[in-house]
Amino acid sequence: MAEGEEPMVVDGGSGDHTDWQGRWDHVKKFLERVGPFTHPDFEPSTEALSGFRHIHVVDMDTIDVSNLNRQFLFRPKDVGRPKAEVAADFVNGRVPGCNVVPHFKKIQDLDETFYRQFHIVVCGLDSVVARRWMNGMLLSLLIYEDGVLDPSSIIPLIDGGTEGFKGNARVILPGMTACIDCTLELYPPQINFPMCTIASMPRLPEHCVEYVRMLLWPKEKPFGDGVALDGDDPTHIQWVFQKSLERAAEFSITGVTYRLTQGVVKRIIPAVASTNAVIAAACATEVFKIATSAYVPLNNYLVFNDVDGLYMYTFEAERKENCSACSQVPQDLQFPPSAKLQEILDYLTENASLQMKSPAITTTLDGKNKTLYLQTVASIEERTRPNLNKTLKELGLVHGQELAVADVTTPQTVLFKLNFIS
Amino acid sequence: MTDNKTSKEQKYDRQLRLWGDHGQEALENAHVCLINATATGTEILKNLVLPGIGVFTLVDGHKVSGEDVGNNFFLTSSSIGKNRAQAATELLQELNSDVSGNFVEESPDKLLDNSPEFFHRFSLVIGVQLPESTYLRLGSVLWEAGVPFLICRTYGLIGYMRLIVKEHTVVESHPDNALEDLRLDQPFTELKHHVESHDLDNMEKKDHSHTPWIIVVAKYLEKWYSEHNSQLPKNYKEKEAFRQLIREGILTNENGTPEDEENFEEAIKNVNTALNPTKVPSATEDIFNAEQCENITSQSPSFWLIAHGVRDFVRNEGNGKLPVRGTIPDMIADSDKFIKLQNVYRDKAMKDAAVVSKHVEALLQSVGKPPESTSEQEIKLFCKNAAFLRVVRCRSLAEEYSVDTFNKDEITSCMYSTDSEMVLYLMLRSVDRFYQQHSRYPGVYNYQVEEDINKLKLCVNSLLQEYSLNVNVKDDYIHEFCRYGAAEPHMVAAFLGGSAAQEAIKIITHQFVPFNNTFLYNAMSQTSATFQL
Repeated sequence: MAEGEEPMVVDGGSGDHTDWQGRWDHVKKFLERVGPFTHPDFEPSTEALSGFRHIHVVDMDTIDVSNLNRQFLFRPKDVGRPKAEVAADFVNGRVPGCNVVPHFKKIQDLDETFYRQFHIVVCGLDSVVARRWMNGMLLSLLIYEDGVLDPSSIIPLIDGGTEGFKGNARVILPGMTACIDCTLELYPPQINFPMCTIASMPRLPEHCVEYVRMLLWPKEKPFGDGVALDGDDPTHIQWVFQKSLERAAEFSITGVTYRLTQGVVKRIIPAVASTNAVIAAACATEVFKIATSAYVPLNNYLVFNDVDGLYMYTFEAERKENCSACSQVPQDLQFPPSAKLQEILDYLTENASLQMKSPAITTTLDGKNKTLYLQTVASIEERTRPNLNKTLKELGLVHGQELAVADVTTPQTVLFKLNFIS
Repeated sequence: MTDNKTSKEQKYDRQLRLWGDHGQEALENAHVCLINATATGTEILKNLVLPGIGVFTLVDGHKVSGEDVGNNFFLTSSSIGKNRAQAATELLQELNSDVSGNFVEESPDKLLDNSPEFFHRFSLVIGVQLPESTYLRLGSVLWEAGVPFLICRTYGLIGYMRLIVKEHTVVESHPDNALEDLRLDQPFTELKHHVESHDLDNMEKKDHSHTPWIIVVAKYLEKWYSEHNSQLPKNYKEKEAFRQLIREGILTNENGTPEDEENFEEAIKNVNTALNPTKVPSATEDIFNAEQCENITSQSPSFWLIAHGVRDFVRNEGNGKLPVRGTIPDMIADSDKFIKLQNVYRDKAMKDAAVVSKHVEALLQSVGKPPESTSEQEIKLFCKNAAFLRVVRCRSLAEEYSVDTFNKDEITSCMYSTDSEMVLYLMLRSVDRFYQQHSRYPGVYNYQVEEDINKLKLCVNSLLQEYSLNVNVKDDYIHEFCRYGAAEPHMVAAFLGGSAAQEAIKIITHQFVPFNNTFLYNAMSQTSATFQL
C-alpha cells in the first residue's frame, strides 16, 4: 500500500472493447451466482463486467528511493516524480480500460465538489490528522432531511494502515457506523521525550539525537539562518549524526548510528511489502463487497499481526454518543468564568477524544465575529496571544456562549457551547 | 554517484530496521522456487522480489490464458499463448534489479518424474494452486531432502497455506511484549554491590529523585526482607504493602507534602512485574531437553551446539538461570546513574556469554570441530535471546493425510462450532477429492453448478467416512464451494501473497516465528485461523 496521502476513489462503468476472452472469469462467478453467504440485498446479474475503471488518486508526495522496497508501482528512474502521476501511468499501462486520474496535491487542497463525485473513498494515509480530515470531509457531505439521514449521501470510507508487521483496516459508513473520531483513543498520542531528559539527562542514543535536533540545530544554524532541518537531506543528517555522537560521548552513551539518527529525526516507521500487501488486499476486498453488494462488508475494524504466526481479529468499533465529528451533538465546555483562555486551549489539545493540533477559536461578541486566538498566522497569533492569559469573563464571554473552533484535524469548524461552572 | 552498498541501504532502509543487515544477507543468499505463476504465485513472488530475495526460479508448464491475464497483475494480454513462467518472470524481474529470476517451462509433475533432485537446491519451495496428487508427491520428496515447503492456494474467497518443515529453529523471535531480565529476585553479586553503593536514605534530593527505579526497588526489597523472613512479596496484598513501603520513602517538603519523585512512581508501578521470579521459560526448557540438544555430534547445527552450551551454563555457573540478557528499559534517572547501572547488566551479560563460549568450545572440541565453527557474535546473540528461543516442527503431509495419524481430535473439536474455519479445510480436502474423481473442480461452468453440488456432497461424505469423522459439514459450505468454481480472485490472491511471502522470509532469515502448520483465511468474514494438522 503506497504511503503518503492517497485516497483512491472508485466508479463502476460498462462493458468495453479492450476486453479479451476470459478476462473476467475469476470475478464474474461472484456476480452471476447466488450463494448462501451473499448479502441479503444481492441480486445476481449477467450484465457485462467492467472492473473498476474510474479511479482518482490523490498524493502530495514524490517518490523516494526508500519507497522502492515495497511500493511496487515505482522504479529507480521514477525517484523524485510525483507518486500519484507515476502510479496512474503504470496502472493505466498495465490494466487496459482502467482510467486512473492522478492529483499531485494534499487531500486538503480538494473540496466538496471533488469528493462528492465518488462512490467510495479508500485511504492509505500516513497520519491520524489526515485521516480525521478525510473523515470530516465525508461527514460534511451527509444530507439530513428533517433530522433523517439520506442514505444516498453516504460515501463509504475504507481506511488501512500498517506499521512493520502490524496492520489494520476499517470500513466507515459516515453517519451510520463509528467514524475515525469515535475511536480516537485507539490512536494514543505520540509520546515525546521529556525536555529535561533531552536537555540535561540523556540516557539513550535517541535522547542525544533529539538534543541535537531540538536544541543544537536552532542554536548553531549549521546550514545558515532560517534553514530548517531537512530529514531528507543526507548532509543535514550527517551533521546531526556527528553532533549526536559527540553528545553521546559526553555521557558515555553507546549506540548512536547513522541509521538510528535518521530514524529519530524522520520519525521513521519500519515497513515491508508483505504487510502492506495484506492490508491493501483486505481493503480492496471491502471495496469489492461494497461496490457489488455481493457480500456483507466488514463490520467494521480488522487488526492483523504476523510477528508470531499470523493473527487476525475483527471487531465492531462503536459510535461515540457525543463524538465531536459525527454525533451532531453540540460539544460541551465546562469552565469557571475565572478560567483563562489558555485552559480551554489546553483542553482542546490534550483531551483524548479531541486531540486538536493548533485550534483557532472564534466567537460572536456584540454581533461581530471575533478571533479569540489563532496560532497558524504569525501576525494574528501575536495580536491574540494576550487573550490566552485573560479570563473568560474578562473576554466578555457568557454562559452558553458558542465558540467555533477550527483545526487541521477537521475540514469543518466544530461548535462548542461554553457552560460556566462555579 | 552512490555505490551499490549505500543505495541498497537506502532502498532497503525500512525493512533493515526489522530484520537487520544479517537478516537481509540471509535473504540475498536465498534461492526460492515458486511453482505456478498464477495470481497467487506472482503476488507471493512480488513480495519476495521487492525486499531483495537473492534468486527465484519460477516453475510452470502452463501457457498464458485469457483468464490468467484477467486476474494477474504480472501478465499482459500480449503474453497470451506464451509460457506463463517466462511471461511472469519478465514482469517480476523488473521490480528489483538486485534479484536474479529464472524460469523453467515444465510442470512439477514432469520434474518429479524425471529429476526430483532438481528441488534439492532451493532454500524453500512454494507450491501454488497445485492438485493434491502433485503436492503430496512434492511433499514427500522435499521432506526427505529437508527442504522447507510452503503450499498456498486461493479458492474462491478462501485462502489456505500449509507449512512443512521438519525442524525450524529461531534465535531472534522478536517477541512483542517481552518481560525484562532484571534479576531483582536473585541479584547477582555485581548487582548487589552496585545497589549497596547507593545510600538512598542519606542522598541529596536531586540524587534521590534521579536514582533508577531498579535500585529503589532493590533497596526497599532489602528492607522488606528484613521484616518478612527474606521472602519476596507474593500475593496482591503483599505487593500492595510493598508498594506502600516504597511510597513512604518519597521525600516530603517542610509541610509534609510528598515531593514529585517520578522515579519512585516508576518503582511503584513496576513492582508488579519487577519481582517475577527469574526462571527459564518453558519453551527454552523444552529446547534444553530436546534430543538434538542432548546428543551433539559433528553434524549438529550451531543452534543445538550453542543451546547445549547454554544448558551447561544454566546447570553450573548460572545456578538454574539463563545468562543475563544485559538490557534494561529506559527510566527516569540522571545519565551517570543510568549508564552505570546499565553497564552492570551489560558487563554481567558479557561475562556470562564468555562462560557459555567456553562450554561451546569444549563441546566443539569433543566432537572434533575447530573452535571457529561458531562465532562469538553468534553466541552473544544466542545468549541475549536465550529466553525467546523457539523451535517449530511441522508434521509431514503424510502424517496429516494418513488415516492412522491424522489429527482427529483437532478437527472434531473445532467442528463443534459448525462455522469454524476448520470447515473450510474439510471443503478444500473435498474439492481435491472431486478433482481426483472428475479431473476438474466443481462448478467451473454455470451449467455444472447444480449437479456438482450433489457430487461434491458425495465427496464430503466419503472424506468424512474414510477418516471416521463424526462432524457436520453444513450444506451452505458445499453450495458455496461449488459457487466459487475454483475462481482465484485477485483480492484473495494478494492477501495470501503478503501472508505467504512473510512466512517465507521468516523461514529464510530464521527471524520471527512461522505459523504451525495450517492457515485458513475467509475473505467473506475477514477472519482467519491456524491449526496444527
